[in-house]
Amino acid sequence: MSVEAAQGNIIPLQRKDFVSDQEVRWCPGCGDYSILAQTQKVMPDLGVPRENIVFISGIGCSSRLPYYMNTYGFHSIHGRAPTIATGLKATRPELHVFVITGDGDGLSIGGNHLLHAMRRNIDLTIILFNNRIYGLTKGQYSPTSEFGKRTKSSPYGTIDYPLNPLSVALGAEATFVARSLDIDQHHLVSTIERAAKHKGTSFIEVYQNCNVFNDGAYMEFADKAVRPDRVLFLEHGKPMIFGKDRDKGIRMNGLHPEVVQLGNGITEADLLVHDETVPEPAIAFMTTRMHWPEYPEPLGVFRAVERPTYDALMQEQIDDATQREGPGDFEALLNEGDTWTVE
Amino acid sequence: MSRDVRKDNGHVKTEELDRVTIRFAGDSGDGMQLAGLQFTNTSAVFGNDVSTIPDFPAEIRAPAGSIPGVSAFQVSFSSYDIHTPGDEPDVLVAMNPAALKAHLADLPKGGTLIVNTDEFTESNLKKANYAANPLEDGSLNGWRVVKVPISSMNARALADSGLNTKQIDRSKNSFALGLMFWLYERPMDSTIRWFEEKFAKNPQVRDANIATMKAGYNFGETAELFPVHYRVPPAHLKPGKYRNITGNELTALGFLAASRLSGLPLFYGSYPITPASDILHELAKFKSFGVKTFQAEDEIAAIGAAIGAAFGGSLGLTGTSGPGLALKSEALGLAVMVELPIVIAMIQRSGPSTGMPTKTDQADLLQSMFGRNGECQVAIVAPATPAECFSMALESFRIAVTHMTPTIFLSDGYLGTGAEPWRIPDIADLPRIEVSYAKDPATFKPYARDPETLARPWAVPGTPDLEHRIGGLEKADITGNVSYDAANHDKMVRLRAEKVERIANDIPEVQITGDQSGELLVLGWGSTYGAILTAVQRAQARGLSVSHAHLRHLSPFPKNLGDVISRFEKVLIPELNLGQLALLVRGKYLVDAATLNKVSGRPFLIREVEEKINALVGSKVRV
Repeated sequence: MSVEAAQGNIIPLQRKDFVSDQEVRWCPGCGDYSILAQTQKVMPDLGVPRENIVFISGIGCSSRLPYYMNTYGFHSIHGRAPTIATGLKATRPELHVFVITGDGDGLSIGGNHLLHAMRRNIDLTIILFNNRIYGLTKGQYSPTSEFGKRTKSSPYGTIDYPLNPLSVALGAEATFVARSLDIDQHHLVSTIERAAKHKGTSFIEVYQNCNVFNDGAYMEFADKAVRPDRVLFLEHGKPMIFGKDRDKGIRMNGLHPEVVQLGNGITEADLLVHDETVPEPAIAFMTTRMHWPEYPEPLGVFRAVERPTYDALMQEQIDDATQREGPGDFEALLNEGDTWTVE
Repeated sequence: MSRDVRKDNGHVKTEELDRVTIRFAGDSGDGMQLAGLQFTNTSAVFGNDVSTIPDFPAEIRAPAGSIPGVSAFQVSFSSYDIHTPGDEPDVLVAMNPAALKAHLADLPKGGTLIVNTDEFTESNLKKANYAANPLEDGSLNGWRVVKVPISSMNARALADSGLNTKQIDRSKNSFALGLMFWLYERPMDSTIRWFEEKFAKNPQVRDANIATMKAGYNFGETAELFPVHYRVPPAHLKPGKYRNITGNELTALGFLAASRLSGLPLFYGSYPITPASDILHELAKFKSFGVKTFQAEDEIAAIGAAIGAAFGGSLGLTGTSGPGLALKSEALGLAVMVELPIVIAMIQRSGPSTGMPTKTDQADLLQSMFGRNGECQVAIVAPATPAECFSMALESFRIAVTHMTPTIFLSDGYLGTGAEPWRIPDIADLPRIEVSYAKDPATFKPYARDPETLARPWAVPGTPDLEHRIGGLEKADITGNVSYDAANHDKMVRLRAEKVERIANDIPEVQITGDQSGELLVLGWGSTYGAILTAVQRAQARGLSVSHAHLRHLSPFPKNLGDVISRFEKVLIPELNLGQLALLVRGKYLVDAATLNKVSGRPFLIREVEEKINALVGSKVRV
């Protein structure tokens, strides 16, 4: 059912219109359920006909998501979802293409594709579920696992330094970079909606709990009871304030951010003001490096800037060439160059 | 070779030949490819049949004057229909000592050797590892040596050109080209036109090249170095309009033709790789035809994007060579599982690993056939000549979209970079490609099949109420839902294989050239066509019972192949590998095929195939 058809009958699409008939098979209690639910919830608000929405994924627990969406879907191979999404979006710019990936799929085996999709700024919405573990293969460390983590494949602790997904995204100059949390439904739904409405590559890292192989990975700051004091919710144009009583903030001390208590001469005016739209990603990059417990864990939109998209530029070249040279004359092309006739 | 000597111009004789093979060899900075191509185009426009093989180093610029830095171009032109660029040259143009050293062994005794004497300096001789100057020590006595101070005459011709010494020296290939034009009675107009276009923005360089080419031509006419010059009359090709063009250029045109004839947009995802890159360069020009080209970050992304494009309803195309196909293999398996129609243009080169990127080989047949995990059949077609690259590229997409299967277009460096006259087809004569997307939600099932071809429906995103999910996990028959059911998996594996096997109902039977049965069938595929055909024709002329069959469809084989093989006492399979088609033919038809194998990075010489034919049936010459 298309949006127009639905509107014609004054029956707006609802979340249930985006629920497929497939049984959801994640482990009970998995953070993926919430991400799926919020994603389905956002769909009716995008103003895109359902048949024009496509979910493309790689391999891993997260990558099962397309099966559960009643849209077009493609569960591909490990790490390669951005490549398939690129070919689809480049040829069918009118489609809304989502990429669903995880920390192993997107940052390990598929790291290269993720980088290049972002630097091209092709108009995709990429959601990376970061549970800091390999779940589907049952518990090996991932490229985002903490240094020294003991897992099945690192019984003596890892000796790999982890990647910071958002630092990588900013390094690749993605035009929309955000982070959210599986169990914060409100924040997650609004973040996905903003990402989906962004023109260009939008990249969301979702902190996601794997209750089987890495339970409580984010609990120290994600737990509802402590979240206001340990999480910094970034808001564009507003000073970086956090805390249950909104009494703490982030201030620059030379080139370094520091946590300060408001009062005693320190006011909001002393705090760093969050600006998503700065063309240079330096401050955003610094913000992605702040982690609990040294800092509050930042969630929200780190960067949202405009830049022509790859798919639009590709179409523009074709339109320009066609206008300049006229539509391609195939017969003339076949007869190009030196020709001769044999009688 | 027929010779007809007559007096001409009072002092120089003209000899008529039916075929000449020239090899231009020089430093990779000397412009040998350019000289060779211009000579070829001129000969083609003149009406000769032509066949070429470039031979360049993989290094962009090896040290000047060194043997690894030698670049060569061989062209054969004739007054009859030819199929190969010639076993060995009749004339070798050596622009420096290294070129002489690298190529002299291929010039038969008695052949003509034109040397640029100016470059035979002590330091250049040393770079080419010559202890003594071969022009002086008598070591070239067996050849007809023509010594021409090409560099200095070029410099004198351009003394007033306004160019600096380095720029002047760069034009010496044009002097040599002019000399060869005179020697073989070729008109210069087509090359003059080419210089005018190529250097339109640089009139000094344009004029210098034209001037020195004319100087070379005039030098031939006035100098008494050559007692004769030669004429190769036009060939009697099939009537029509022709142009001279390489296999890779035709491959690109063939894929564009598929887009025009199916009405579907063409998308090409590719990562640069020798010798396939020219296909990307060509397709990238076709913007006004709506062609979208994507230079991917790697080979995997290139095929992934092609799959994405095919999912969206475009003609999804990727191109590569052996190392790239290895990287694409997992994604190709995905395309088999999701049953989307992509084409992989696979331009073979010498392997394994990086191997010899600029040299040719046929050693990726088994990789194309089997190089994936699981039972994973794809269709494979293979052009036999550069000109056939057009029709087989078109054929690859016809098969892919009709049968909803990934299809490999299996070419090689020799076909891709080689050129020959191509008869320009009438667009109205080209086959249409019928495509219909699924539209009807009442009947749509993602993995329902056409009863005849077993193709599944092509339902593209954007079609209302056909929303469905595909992927690499095993699919349940009809519904396409994920399935781990044992019986279903067995059924689906067999269905996918059967779907590819049924393409045999939709392709031409293999044709036999020569008697329809007899003692020996020489069975080939791909670029060995010219050498095999010529060798077989020579054997037939000597009364041997030998026929030729050449496969354009390798997966599946044409339906009559088993029958054709059974009509001959012996089968010989010549291949530029260690016996890959032979393995398949032996396995499928239980026939004890003889093999002829070569993996030197060079195509077969005609006489190599001839000698093998003689060894198998030569004792039975019928008089």
